[in-house]
Amino acid sequence: MTATGNPAIESARRPREGGRRLPLHWVGVAPFLAYAGLFLLLPTGIVVAGAFTGNGGLTLSNFSTLNQQYLIKAFISSIGLSAVSAVVGAALGALFAYAVATGNPRGVLRRIVSSACGVLAQFGGVTLAFAFIATIGGAGFITLWLQSHGIDPYAKGVWLYEVPGLVLVYAYFQIPLMVLVFLPALDGIRPQWREATESLGGSTWHYWRYVAGPLLLPAFLGATLLLFANAFSAYATAAALISQGDPIVPIAIANLLNSEIGIAEPGLAKALALGMIVIVAVVMTLYAVLQQRTARWLR
Amino acid sequence: MNRSRRLKLQVFRVVVFVVMGAFFLVPIGAMFEFSTRGVGVGAPRTLVSWTTIATYPDLVAAIVASLELAAITSVAMLFLLLPTMIWVRLRVPRLNRVVESLCLLPLTIPAIVLVVGLLPVYRWMSDNFSNSILTLAFAYVILVLPYTYRALDAGLSAINVKTLSEAARSLGAGWGTVIFRVIAPNMSGAILNACLLSVALVLGEFTFANILSYVNVQVAINQLGQANAGVSIAVSVASLLFAFILLMVLSFVGAARRSLRSKPRASDPRLEAVWGQKA
Repeated sequence: MTATGNPAIESARRPREGGRRLPLHWVGVAPFLAYAGLFLLLPTGIVVAGAFTGNGGLTLSNFSTLNQQYLIKAFISSIGLSAVSAVVGAALGALFAYAVATGNPRGVLRRIVSSACGVLAQFGGVTLAFAFIATIGGAGFITLWLQSHGIDPYAKGVWLYEVPGLVLVYAYFQIPLMVLVFLPALDGIRPQWREATESLGGSTWHYWRYVAGPLLLPAFLGATLLLFANAFSAYATAAALISQGDPIVPIAIANLLNSEIGIAEPGLAKALALGMIVIVAVVMTLYAVLQQRTARWLR
Repeated sequence: MNRSRRLKLQVFRVVVFVVMGAFFLVPIGAMFEFSTRGVGVGAPRTLVSWTTIATYPDLVAAIVASLELAAITSVAMLFLLLPTMIWVRLRVPRLNRVVESLCLLPLTIPAIVLVVGLLPVYRWMSDNFSNSILTLAFAYVILVLPYTYRALDAGLSAINVKTLSEAARSLGAGWGTVIFRVIAPNMSGAILNACLLSVALVLGEFTFANILSYVNVQVAINQLGQANAGVSIAVSVASLLFAFILLMVLSFVGAARRSLRSKPRASDPRLEAVWGQKA
């Protein structure tokens, strides 16, 4: 006898998922979706829509006002700063990661370094800016020490509060981030590969040029892109360090939103913000592609 | 490995560790040094900057506001995210990807961009609802989502959510009981991690508060920095130490937990920044 024909058994069974009932299981997710919609998707939508509206209608005028000398300069120096900061951070971070990876994998040193990097990679903003002001600002610890030894780091002008200074300060969170991202790739390198190279008569140069280098390259480039996006998005550190002008895009956006100065142009700020979204999206997509390539052998 | 190469490697490692150690430790030491300076050249070391923190009422108000925001954000995040994640796992697994990508989205959108869009929302809220600084918690919940999602996800993966909930349901428990009295107590470590992360992130937050014109602790430090660098650097050191301790605790707890039961998962590596190393 089958259960299907028996109405008693049929009704005693658990009601099928969904069915004609009110789809209750969607209700459980509704608060979260509503919240994310209101405070995450709506603001993003406002930025995208606002970039294309002005004076009560659809317009591209926000983008034509983007074509101003100081804004173009801000974009160029933002991209330049992020690129330099990413390359410097990636190179130094890779060296640091290599020094860590060649040590004892279960050693205390490695645990301390990876824990500290986890903390430092998140370290930014006002506190970081002040740390560097206290170190190499006008009355900083290192500045005074150097000056008492006859060296003036600011002989050619005070560079800490300008874009070159940001490269130095950003390195403080870029290097740890690189260590965290690159260490797993270095761990994937097996000593047997080096031994194989040597038994085939290869030198250290051959090993790095033909074996380890090509394997690590996608991971390195991917990490560099991540560092680029990280530097490109950073605002707080720069805002605390730089008090005048619009040297980089995040600060230009903040100044356009600030009505106290009397030049508030929210439409233009949204167009700039959309420009940032586009650049970060392109970089992160490339990063994802490289990440997949790395994942192929990093298992 | 032959001897000369091993020696070279050791020299390289020592040099790298010394240089990096100096680069990362000197600025923190310099902050201590700066915050204990006396006034004038050759003045003796003093703790005046530290002891006068309490005499700046604006600063104290900002510190209190930031601590309140940290508490509210942690609690709100838990009540919003944890039931959703459990519910999605148990009843609507196909929404898992949607929830995950929503939670990770704030990593891809720069904070300064998000705040451009939040400005009209907050203007509307302050006209119709409240303009208290505590409303910042709404935005902070979004800010901490990627990090807390990851923490809670690790906790949920470590326990058998389905079995626990079915056992509780078959004994007549409602969904509230399942979530708050059965599953949550079984992942207290992950919940603690998520809360510590939220606290650390909220205490260090500057972008949202500054653009939305609220004075939290970071904004106050920044404003004070122009008038009295010593005191603002003293507060910076204090907030830094607090965050360092929180995150170091977390990082070690995380490492111990991970070595017990680890499960590979695809993730944004910027999350690894918080988790110490790749899971």
